[in-house]
Amino acid sequence: MNSDCYQYNNTSKTSGTRDNLVSGEAPGTPSSSLKPATAGNSMPSVSSSSKLSTGESELVPTFEKRIALEITTKFSQLVHVIFIKPLRIKIAVEPSNIVKVATFIRDDLGFDHAESVAGTDYPKDNQIEVIYHLGSYSKIELAGHVLSLTTRTNRDDARLPSLISVYKSVEYHERETFEMLGVYFEGHPRNERFLLPEDWADIPPLRKEFRIKGR
Amino acid sequence: MANVEDQINESQKLGIEIVKESEEDRLMTLSVGPQHPGSGHFRFTVKVDGDYIVHCVPDPGYVHRGEEKMTEYRNFIQNIPHLERPVIHDSNNITYSYSLAVEELTGIEVPRRGQFIRAIASELNRQVYTLYWLAIYGIFLGHSTMFMWPTGDRELFIDLLEALTGARVTHAFNIPGGVRNDVPNGFKDRCLRQIAYYEKRLKEYEDIFYNNPLVRQRTEGIGILTKEDAISLGVTGSVLRASGVPYDIRKVEPYDVYNEIDFKVQYMKGCDSFSRAYVPFLDMRESCHIIRQLLDKMPASGEVRAKLQSNPRGPPGEAYRRVESGRGALGYYIISDGSPKPYRVKISVGSFRNMLALPHLLVGAKMGDMPVIYWALNYWPVEADR
Repeated sequence: MNSDCYQYNNTSKTSGTRDNLVSGEAPGTPSSSLKPATAGNSMPSVSSSSKLSTGESELVPTFEKRIALEITTKFSQLVHVIFIKPLRIKIAVEPSNIVKVATFIRDDLGFDHAESVAGTDYPKDNQIEVIYHLGSYSKIELAGHVLSLTTRTNRDDARLPSLISVYKSVEYHERETFEMLGVYFEGHPRNERFLLPEDWADIPPLRKEFRIKGR
Repeated sequence: MANVEDQINESQKLGIEIVKESEEDRLMTLSVGPQHPGSGHFRFTVKVDGDYIVHCVPDPGYVHRGEEKMTEYRNFIQNIPHLERPVIHDSNNITYSYSLAVEELTGIEVPRRGQFIRAIASELNRQVYTLYWLAIYGIFLGHSTMFMWPTGDRELFIDLLEALTGARVTHAFNIPGGVRNDVPNGFKDRCLRQIAYYEKRLKEYEDIFYNNPLVRQRTEGIGILTKEDAISLGVTGSVLRASGVPYDIRKVEPYDVYNEIDFKVQYMKGCDSFSRAYVPFLDMRESCHIIRQLLDKMPASGEVRAKLQSNPRGPPGEAYRRVESGRGALGYYIISDGSPKPYRVKISVGSFRNMLALPHLLVGAKMGDMPVIYWALNYWPVEADR
C-alpha cells in the first residue's frame, strides 16, 4: 500500500499517512512558475534525471509545491526545480549560488541538517554532480521531507564551495566526497584522506574510470 | 621562596640543566584503536592534558570495503547479500531501505503479507542489534553481567530469525518485492512466547543495570550533547532522541505497514550518556509492542513477494528512501540509468553521521569517561566505513 505513495502520479493514495504532517496547505498555488526554467539558463543539463522532471505540476503534492515555490520566488532564475514528489524535492543551482541558496533553505525554510552528501560521476557530460540531502529536526511539518540540493562541477578541475559554514553536519560527508570523487571543497578545513588506506595512490575510486581489479 | 625563573638561573650557574615545562610538554597524544579492544576497528587519536581530553581526531576506514563501488558491478538483486555486510547484526534493516528504494525505481508492489513479514523481521533484528550493543556497553562499563545476559537473550531472537530466514545473522531476507520466503508453521506462537519471556527479562535488565547506582554515577551528566548541538551536528537515532528530539523515521515517514501500528517515539531530555544508553532500551521495549501488533494484524495467507522479472529494471531516475535502523536513519540514494545495475548507490548510515558528535563530546571529558561516551554513541565502525 504505502509503497504506492511514492509514485507521484498517484495522488489519491498520498493523502493517507504522509499528509498528516502537513499543517496548513495553501490551495491553488500557481504551478506555472515551478516548471524548470531552462530557456537561457547556463545551468548544466541534468541528463540522467531530466525524465523525472514534473511536467504535470497539478499532480504534485501541494505542500512540497509550496516549499519549492518559496525557493523559486526568492531566487527565480538562479534555481532550477528538477522534480517534486511526495516528501522529496530536488533543486539544482550553480556552484556560485549554492551557499546563498543553502543559507536561505536553512534560515527561512527550516531544513537544519544534512543527512548525506553524495557525489556522482558523469563522464559523458564531463561533470560531477554533488547532491546534499537536507532534512529538518526542528520543524515537525518538515520532519518527513528531504530536500535535495544539487550542483555540478567540471570533472577535470572539480571544485565546489563547501557548505560547512551553513551546515556543520556536512563535514565528514564532504570529506568523503573529496576522497571518493576528487571534488575539492573550498573552505572545508580538511580536504584529506578519510576512509581509504593511508597509502592510497590511485585515482578517486568512485570515478567511473576506476575499475576494481580483475573485473 | 624564589620564583621559578630564579631557581632555573641558580641551577644553571651550578651546571645543572633544568628546562621549564612548556604547554606542549603537558600534552600527550594517545592513539585509541584500531586494535584497541575498546574501539572496535576504529581509530581515533586524543591529546590529553593530565586526565582531560583536549583534542580528538577520528580516523575511520580500517574496515572500509567499498560497498558503494561494488554495487556498480552487480544487478539490483545480486547486490543484496553484500550490502548487508556493513552491519550483519542488523541486516534486515540495512537491506530494507535498499529494497524500498529499488521498488520505487522499478515500480514493484509488495504484497501485504510480505510487508508484515518484512516489518517483523526488521523489528526482531533491531532487538538482536540492540542487545549486542547493550552487551558491549555493559562490558566496557565493567559490568560483566550486562555482557552475559543480553548475549544469552540475543540467541532467542537469532533462533527466531533462523527459523524465519534460514540464517543466523546474515539473512539476505528482504528483496525488492517482498521477502524471500513465508513464515514457518507455529512461528507466531513461538514469537509471542519469547516476547513474553523477554519482557520479563527487560525488567531485570533495568534493575541490575539502569537502576544500578554505580552505572548511573558513571553515565549521568557525562558527555552532554544539547538539543541545539544535536540538531546542527545532524546526529540521528538514539543519540538524537536522547537529546530531546522525538524523531523516528517509522513515525515521520512511515514505510510499509508502520502507519497501521500504534507506537510511541521513545525519547528523553537528559542529553547525557545515560539517556543515550537508556533510549535504545526503551526502543527494545516499544519494539515488543510493535512485534505483537504486527503478528496480530498480519493477514493469515497470501503472497509474500511479488513476481519479479529476471534482471528487474526501471526507467532512469533516482530514489532516496530511509528506514529507522538500530542506529538511526538509514538511507539509500540510488540512481538508475535504466540498466539492471545501479548507476550509483550511496548509503547514508547513522554511524557515520553520529561520528561527528564524538570529537564534540570527548573534548573536555576525562579519559576515563571515554568508553562511556564512545559506546553510548551507538557507533558501529563497520557500518560507518561501508
